Amino acid sequence: MKIAFTSEGTTWDSLIDPRFGRTENIVIYNEESKELTTVDNSAVKNDAHGAGTATAQKIFELNPDVLITGNGPGENAAKALKHIKMRIFAEANNLTLRQAYNNYLSGNLKEV
Amino acid sequence: MTDPKPLKIAIASGKGGTGKTTLSTNLAAYIAEQHEVVLVDLDVEEPNSGLFFKGELIHEEAIFKMIPQWDEKKCTLCGICTKVCNYHAVIQLGPSILVFPELCHSCYACSELCPAAALPMIPKKTGMLRDFQTGKLHFVDGRLDIGEEQAVPLISKTKKYVAHKYGHVSIAIFDSPPGTSCPVMEATKDADFVILVTEPTPFGLHDLSLAVETMRALHKPFGVVVNRYGIGNDEVITYCREENIPVLAKIPNNRKIAELYSSGKLMYQDFPEIKKSLSQILEYCVKEAKGGRA
Repeated sequence: MKIAFTSEGTTWDSLIDPRFGRTENIVIYNEESKELTTVDNSAVKNDAHGAGTATAQKIFELNPDVLITGNGPGENAAKALKHIKMRIFAEANNLTLRQAYNNYLSGNLKEV
Repeated sequence: MTDPKPLKIAIASGKGGTGKTTLSTNLAAYIAEQHEVVLVDLDVEEPNSGLFFKGELIHEEAIFKMIPQWDEKKCTLCGICTKVCNYHAVIQLGPSILVFPELCHSCYACSELCPAAALPMIPKKTGMLRDFQTGKLHFVDGRLDIGEEQAVPLISKTKKYVAHKYGHVSIAIFDSPPGTSCPVMEATKDADFVILVTEPTPFGLHDLSLAVETMRALHKPFGVVVNRYGIGNDEVITYCREENIPVLAKIPNNRKIAELYSSGKLMYQDFPEIKKSLSQILEYCVKEAKGGRA
């Protein structure tokens, strides 16, 4: 399984970025290889509109099985993510990636 | 007011809730006592000038913007459309192209550059335009549909309607949206003169200074009307003096004015000093706009 996080940084100790569209980074954890990789998403800062759909497109290309985020995607992004049948776990605000991942494993994150 | 070209006055503000509608409606009604005038509510996300006039509805039309519609059969999934869209309103998710109409700015890039003609443009309703008349006052109002994000196309079409239908009317007043973003620029860019309404508070001053920067960037002649004069502090007045911005009027803070406004009534008839201010504001706009044209 591949897990995607919206993240302020690039490590397990980074905080979950509460924003979906304007998240600083998308961090991917590959459960098979135990590898953590980061995709920089800061370019969306220059976009006044459409950050949600742009990030949703990036998620599609990265092809994770699960997305863990904070506030949850906005309406347009949610529509795009629903189209690709992405499983979304939200409300991981103020947690590190490690804490969020553990909460996901123990069933303590809310599936949107 | 014998100029054949109508005088266009836009009433704007940085901060919301400073009194744009109070000034627009009272100024328009004051002018309409003697002259034909058109008042246009371009605050299409929350138009409220209409609450102050009981006019006869003389025209109503739906306003559309053009958006692309994906033709799955023609599409070759080349992805050009998603690359040219600056607003991420068209995205490609594997074998599907998704269009997000609310994000679309109707630029036609995806449609025109699609090699397979798989994104024809179709109209989508985004709001309503209504035109009322009462006495010498024409009142035109643009109203954005709920859920729509793009105010600019509706503002632009409302202005076009007014230019076409009321080109003969010597004065047009445009009640603009608050802020300094695209809708404000669209609402003010054709104006001969812009009135910035502010209140004498730190918030009022902060947002006024942003609006001043915007009007300077647009090379618009403008002046300031201070509403609720008497509250806050004198920093707005000091700022205007230092920046050489004319203060056209000071409308006093008065509970009676707020009461009249909140019951949908005009107030200038009850306050002779405000009637005088309206007359001075109008005189100044006419003089400045003519100066600007010479």
